[in-house]
Amino acid sequence: MPGKLKAKIVAGRHLPVMDRASDLTDAFVEVKFGNTTFKTDVYPKSLNPQWNSEWFKFEVDDEDLQDEPLQITVLDHDTYSANDAIGKVYIDIDPLLSSEAATVISGWFPIYDTIHGIRGEINVLVKVDLFNDLNRFRQSSCGVKFFCTTSIPRCYRAVMVHGFVEELVVNEDPEYQWIDRIRTPRASNEARQRLISLMSGELQRKIGLKVLEMGGNAVVGYLQCFDLEGESGLVVRAIGTACTLDKISNTYAPASAINPCNSSPSKDTKEAGFGEEAPGVPLSSGPPTPLRAQTFSSFSPSKSYSRQSSSSDTELSLTPKTARICLSPSSPTLQSKSSPIPTTKALRSTTPPPLHVSQSDTAMLRKSVSFSEDLLLAASGMGSGGSAGKEAGPLKALLRQQTQSALEQREFPFFTLTSFPAGFLLHVGGVVSARSVKLLDRIHNPALGNTRSYKLLDWNSFTADEPETRDAWWEEIRQEIKSHAKALGCHAVVGYSESTSICEEVCILSASGTAAVLSSRFMQDGALDMDHRLSRQQAPVFTSGTEKGEGDMGSSASLGFEDLAPPGCGFCHIPYDELNMPFPAQLTYCHCCRRFKVPDVLFTTIDLPTEANVTGKGCLIQARLCRTKKKAQGEGNATAISNLLPFLEYELHTQLMNKLKLRSMNALFGLRIQISIGENMLLGLASATGVYLTPLPSPGGIQIAGKTPSDITYEQHISNMQKKINDTIAKNKELYEVNPPKLFTLDPEAFRCINTELVEEVIGSPIPEPRQRSRLFRSHSESSDEVSELDLSHGKKDAFVLEIDDTDAVEDIHSLLTDAPTPPGFYSCNTEIMPGIYNWTSALQMFTSVRVFRLSNVNLTNQGLNKVFNDLCENLLKSLYFKLRSMVPCCLCHLNFTVAVPEDELIQVAVTAVAMSFDKEQTLENGRQSCDKTLMKAITENEEQLQFPLELTAESSSNPLSSAKGLSEVSGALPSARAPSVDYSSFTDRCSSWIEQLRLKAHTIRRGSIKTMSSLEKASPLPEGRSRSLRSNRSYAGGSVAVVKMTPLSFIPGTKIIKYLGIINMFFIRETTSLREEGGVSGFLHSFIAEVFAMVRAHVAALGGNAVVSYSMKECVFMENPNKNQAQCLINVSGDAVIFVRESELEATPPQPQSASTQTSSSGEGT
Amino acid sequence: MTMELDVFVGNTTIIDEEVYQLWLDGFSVADAVKMRLENGALGECEVSGEVLHSDTMDQYRTFQMCERLLHCPSKLANQLLFQIPAHHQAMLIERYYEFDHMFAREVLGKKLSKGTKKDLDDISSKTGIALKSCRRQFDNFKRVFKVVEELKGPLAENVQHHFLLSDLLAKDYAAVVFFANSRFETGKKKLQYLSFQDFAFCACQLISYWTVGAVDNMMDDMDVDLEKEFLHDLKDLKVLVNDKDMLDQHKSLVCSQLRGRIRVFTEMEANFKNLSRALINIASKLTNTKDVRDLFIDLVEKFIEPCRSDKWTAGDLTLFLTHYTSTASTLETYRYQVIWERYMGVVKSCILKMYHD
Repeated sequence: MPGKLKAKIVAGRHLPVMDRASDLTDAFVEVKFGNTTFKTDVYPKSLNPQWNSEWFKFEVDDEDLQDEPLQITVLDHDTYSANDAIGKVYIDIDPLLSSEAATVISGWFPIYDTIHGIRGEINVLVKVDLFNDLNRFRQSSCGVKFFCTTSIPRCYRAVMVHGFVEELVVNEDPEYQWIDRIRTPRASNEARQRLISLMSGELQRKIGLKVLEMGGNAVVGYLQCFDLEGESGLVVRAIGTACTLDKISNTYAPASAINPCNSSPSKDTKEAGFGEEAPGVPLSSGPPTPLRAQTFSSFSPSKSYSRQSSSSDTELSLTPKTARICLSPSSPTLQSKSSPIPTTKALRSTTPPPLHVSQSDTAMLRKSVSFSEDLLLAASGMGSGGSAGKEAGPLKALLRQQTQSALEQREFPFFTLTSFPAGFLLHVGGVVSARSVKLLDRIHNPALGNTRSYKLLDWNSFTADEPETRDAWWEEIRQEIKSHAKALGCHAVVGYSESTSICEEVCILSASGTAAVLSSRFMQDGALDMDHRLSRQQAPVFTSGTEKGEGDMGSSASLGFEDLAPPGCGFCHIPYDELNMPFPAQLTYCHCCRRFKVPDVLFTTIDLPTEANVTGKGCLIQARLCRTKKKAQGEGNATAISNLLPFLEYELHTQLMNKLKLRSMNALFGLRIQISIGENMLLGLASATGVYLTPLPSPGGIQIAGKTPSDITYEQHISNMQKKINDTIAKNKELYEVNPPKLFTLDPEAFRCINTELVEEVIGSPIPEPRQRSRLFRSHSESSDEVSELDLSHGKKDAFVLEIDDTDAVEDIHSLLTDAPTPPGFYSCNTEIMPGIYNWTSALQMFTSVRVFRLSNVNLTNQGLNKVFNDLCENLLKSLYFKLRSMVPCCLCHLNFTVAVPEDELIQVAVTAVAMSFDKEQTLENGRQSCDKTLMKAITENEEQLQFPLELTAESSSNPLSSAKGLSEVSGALPSARAPSVDYSSFTDRCSSWIEQLRLKAHTIRRGSIKTMSSLEKASPLPEGRSRSLRSNRSYAGGSVAVVKMTPLSFIPGTKIIKYLGIINMFFIRETTSLREEGGVSGFLHSFIAEVFAMVRAHVAALGGNAVVSYSMKECVFMENPNKNQAQCLINVSGDAVIFVRESELEATPPQPQSASTQTSSSGEGT
Repeated sequence: MTMELDVFVGNTTIIDEEVYQLWLDGFSVADAVKMRLENGALGECEVSGEVLHSDTMDQYRTFQMCERLLHCPSKLANQLLFQIPAHHQAMLIERYYEFDHMFAREVLGKKLSKGTKKDLDDISSKTGIALKSCRRQFDNFKRVFKVVEELKGPLAENVQHHFLLSDLLAKDYAAVVFFANSRFETGKKKLQYLSFQDFAFCACQLISYWTVGAVDNMMDDMDVDLEKEFLHDLKDLKVLVNDKDMLDQHKSLVCSQLRGRIRVFTEMEANFKNLSRALINIASKLTNTKDVRDLFIDLVEKFIEPCRSDKWTAGDLTLFLTHYTSTASTLETYRYQVIWERYMGVVKSCILKMYHD
C-alpha cells in the first residue's frame, strides 16, 4: 500500500538572529523524507518568515511511511559560506496512517537543535494519501493502532485479547562509530536521533505485523525501551498486548454497529477457512440481537486471513465484523468430566455448580450454533476447533496433546495490561519476577564456549544474529516467569513488564508481572488452551454466562457462586491449591464471601481492580536499598553482581513487608522493583501502593524482640521502640482510614464458613509470648538457593517479629520509622487509582523531577549509603509535597521513580507523576460515578454481547496435580537446569529470580479476639455515593497557544476521551558545550525537560489533540563533564495523544471532535 | 556529599508569586530562602531550608528562562516552551514591569543611556533597592522607551498594547518615557521633595493637553513631544504682564473675587504682580528646549516657593489660580483665551499637585 505524503511549510516565528550585522535571518526550509528532499525559497531578512510553500509530495512505500519520520530542517541562507542550520523538526507520521486517528498534522512545532535547544517555531501541514494494496506479502502494518495505555483505551471495547507481542531491533550506536571522531556533536546527535526514530518506526511496524498475524488490530500497553549498550550497540525493544478493539459508538445504537458488520466483505471469512462457520454470519442480521452476534470473534484467524483483513487498512477497524462461532473442542469434555472428579474442598462440593449449559450435549451445541441464537462459545483456537468438537470420546488424549502443543506454540501467556475489562481477571496469584545478569562484552575464555556460548558472542561485530541473541536472553527470562506463574497455579501473567540496567559491559535484564488466572472470555487459542488444560486437570467448574450484566460477575460466576460471592473479592481468592501450596502461606477464608481461601498478603504489579473491596485509602510504599560493590571488570563484575542480587531483593522485600505492616495494610499494587547497577554499588528501589483489601485478613502488628532480655536498659529501649511502632501503626490507621471490618459477624451463615483454624488462632495468642518469638529479621541464612527462599517462614509465627540483634537491625527499624508521613492533605500512590478518593477535580499537574546526588565520601558503608539513598528519596518526596502545596487536597498519582547510577559516585533519581486535586466535600454532584456509569454501561453493553452459555475458566484452587507439578518445577528445575552452565547469567538466574509470593511469612495476630459486628458493617466501607465536583477548571487559554494536558494516567478526571490520535514516542538528545552559561547542570536539564514537554505538546496539538495520557519518561540519561563545561542528556518519552471533552460539556452538547484545523487556527493567531 | 542536580519541571509551569517578587527585588537565592523562612508564610507545611532552597532554585531558574520572553511580553502568549495559565502570564508581565517609584524618581528626566546605567549603583545605595532590581527597572524603561519613542498614537495606549500592561502601569510608563524624552530637570535639590507620583501626574497633564496629540487625534499624532506651535503661541501671553493696564485690571478682578475668601489676601495682593509675571515668563520662555527642561524647577522657584514662604494653604492656592485664570479670560482686550486656558489648566493642576512639603 504505497502512499503519497504531502507537506507544506507555512511560516516561521521567533526565529533566532542568524546574521549579527542585520539582526535578522534569511531562512529557508528543507523537507526530507527517505531520500527525497525539497526546499522552500529563502525568505530574506525576517525572524517571522512566511514561506507559504507549495505542497511537497513524496511518493513512498507504506513501509517507509511507518519507519521514517518526516524531517524538516530550517536553515539560514548564506551567500558566501555554508548555510547554517537553525534546527530541525521530526514529525512521526504514523498517526496519519490509521484512519481512526488523526487526519492531518497541522500546527506550530518548536524548531529544535541538539546544541541550542528550541529556536523558534515553524508552522507545518502534513497529509497522507494511502492507496489500497492487496499484496499479501507486504511488510507493512499500517493501521494497527498502538496505545501506551495499559488498559483497554477508554473509547474502545475489547473484542478479544490476543496476547503478548514482542520485538527487538539492534543497531550500531552512531555515537560509537569511528566517524563520530570527526563529525560535530550536532551531526552525531542528529544521526542518533534519526536512527532511533527509524528503529522505533521499524519496531512498531514489525510488531504491527505480528498483531495482524494474530488477527488483532491494536496493541495496548505498548512499552518500548532503549538499551544504550555503548560500544556493543543500541537495542530498541518493545512489548505489548495484541488486542482486537472496537470503537464504542456514542449512541450504542445497534444500527450503527450492524452497518460495518454487514458491509465487511464476508470474503474474509471464507478465505480464512471458516466455511463451516459461514452459516453463522447471517446471524448478525437477526434483528433482535444484532450486536451480540457481531462483536465477538473468538477464532484465531490464520495468517493468510490476517493479511487479508489488514489490507483493508483505511477502514475503521481491521477486525472482521462478521460473527464467528466456533465450537470449543474442550467444552464437551469438561462437562463430561465435571461430575466424576470430586472436589477436594467440602465447601465447594456442597454448592451445586450451576451448570447451565453443561447438560447440553455436543450435538445440541452444534445445533444451537447453527440456529444462531445468541449463543457464542468460547473457542479454543488451533484451527481445527470446529471439527474437534464432535468427537467426545478420545478427547482426553487429544486435549492433552493439543494443550501441550498449544503451550509450545503460544510462547507466553503474558499481558502488559495492568487493568482489565470487568470479568477478565479472575484470580491473582502474586508477583513473579526474574532477573538475569549478562555480559555484553566479548568473552575470550574458551572454557565458556559450550552450550551457552551463543550469548557471549562478540557484540562488536554486528552480525545478523544479534537480535536473536537478545531474543534468546529475553526468551529465557520469559520462560522462567512462565514457570513461576505455573507454580502459582496460574496460567497467565498480567501487568508484565521488562527492563534493563546497564553499567559498562554488564547488563541486568529484569522481568516481572503478576501471576493470574484469566477468564477465557477475551482470549483465544493458546491462552485459552491453557485454560482448558488447567481446568481439565482440576475440578472443573462451570460458568453460567447467560445472564451476566455486572462487572465482576465474571469471576464470581466462574466460581459458580454467581449470586453468593460478592463482587470485589474474587480476584483475591487463591488460584493455587490449598493443600499443596507452592510456598507456605497463611490462608484464611475470604472476609467478603467467606467461601474461598485468601492469602494474608497479596503483592501484585497490576492496578487495583476497580471492583476491589478496599478499606480506607492507599499509600505509596517504597523500599530503598543501596549496596556497595567492589569495582570489577567483565566476568568478575558480573559474578559479583549476581551474588549480590538475591540479598538485595530479599531485603527489599523485607522492607516492603515491614512498611506494609506499619501501615496496617495487606496488599501491594503496582509493585515495581528496579535494580540499578553502578561501578561500585547496586541500587534497589521498590515502589508500590499499599492498600487494605477487605477480603484479606487484617495484618498483625510488628513485634520487636531484643536479643539480651536481661539487660534492663536495653529492654526499655526495646519497649520504647515497640511503643513507637505501635503508635505509628495507630496513626497510620487513622490517616489512611483503615478500619477493617471486624472478623466475626453474627450472621450464622457466615460464621459457619469460618474455619476452626481461625478460631484457634484467635484463642491462641492475643499477644505472642516472648519465647515463641521467632527470629525473622536477618535470622534466615541468606543463601542464594531459591529453595531456602521458599522456606522463609516455616512453621507458624504469631506475629511479625523484628529481632534486634545488631546495629543493622536498629538502623533498619529506624529507617522504617523515619519515613516521613505525607503532609496533611496529601496522598500518594504509584497506581492509576487511589482507593478511597473519588471526587477528583479537573485540576491536574504533571511534573518531572530529577535529582543527582554526589557521594563525596567514597568509603561509605552499606548503612551510610542506605541512609543517603533513603534521604534522597524522602527529600525528593518532601520537595514535591511542598511544591504542590497549592493543590491541596491532592493526590500524587502514578509516582514513578527511576533510579540510576550514571557515574561512580552519582545517584540519579527521576520522578514523573501527576498531582490531582480532589474535593474534600463529598456531597457534590456525582461526577465520577456518572463517568463510571458510562464506562460501565459500555462494558455491560459489551458483556451482553459476549454472553457465552458456557464459560471455560480455570478454577485452579483445588487442583493438587498442577500445583504440585508446578512446585517441583520451580524448586527442582530451576537450579538443576542451570547448574552445569558456567554462564554468569545463570548465577543470577538462579539466585535472583524468585517468586514474590514466596515471601516472608508471619501470622497475623488479631488482638481484639472476638469482636462482633452486624453483617451490614462488613460491607465495603467505601461510600458509594461519593462524588467529584464538576467544577470546571478555569480554562487557561494561554494566549493563542492551545493548552495540552499531560498525565501519566490513562484518563483525565471529569472528562471523557473521545478520540485517540496516535502514539507519541519521541527521543531527544541535548548537548551543551557551555554548561556554566546555561545555568549549570540544573539549568541545562531544566530547560531540556521544559523543551521536551513543549515538543510533546506541540505534536499533540498539531494532531488536533488536547491531552497526552499514559505519558511516561522512559529514559533520562544524563552525562556531564563539568571540567570541559559540557553535558549531554537523552530523553525518551511516550504517551497517547487524545482529544477529551469535559463531561459537563459533553452533556450539554454532543461531542464534537475538535478538528485539527481549528486547533491550528487558534494557535496561529499569534502571528 | 552534595546535590549535584535538582530540577522540577511541571507541564503547567508552577509560579510562586512570593518567590517571583523576591527574584524581581534582586535577592540572591540564599537571601530569598532566608526571607521565606522568616516570613513563615509557609504555614503548616513544616519545611526544611533544604526543601525551600531547592524550590527557590527551581523558581529562579524558571524566571530566568522566562525573562527573555518577558522582554517582549506578546511572545509570552504564543511561545511553546512554558505552558503558563493566562492569569499567571498577566501577573508575570505586570510584576516584571512594575517599578519602584523611588527608583523611577531618581531616573526621571535622565537620558536612558549607558552613562546613566553606570550610575545605577549610586541609585541603588541611595534608595536601598538592590542593584539587580535597579538594572531590571532601568532596562525596562529603556526597552519601553525604545519601542514607543517613534510610535504614533497615544503614548499610554502604545505602551499598553506592546507590553500588555495594566492601565495604571502603562500611564506611569508614559510619564517615564515622556520625561526621558523631554529630559525635564527633576534632580535639583529644590525639586527633591517631589515624588514620582507628583511628576507622573504632571506628565499626564502635559501629555493630555500640551502635546500634538492633545488637540489632534489624527494619524500623525505624536504624544512624546510638546506641540511646537502651542509653545510658540505662549509668547503672546506676555501681554498680560507687559500691558500695565491689563495687569492692573487683572489684579483688581482677582482681588475682588478673592477678598475675604482667602486668608493670605494681603500677601496675595502685594505679590500679585510678581506671581503673575512668574507664570507668564515661564510660559513665554517655553520655546527654548532648555527652558522646557526647567519647567518644574521654574514653577517651584518662581511660584511655589514664594507662596510657601507666605504660608498659602492649598485651598488658597486653588482659589487664587482658579480666579487668576478665569478673570483673565474676561479681560476685554485679552485675545488669547484658548491658549491661556490650555496653558493655565495644566500649570494650575501641576502647581496644585506640587504644592506640598
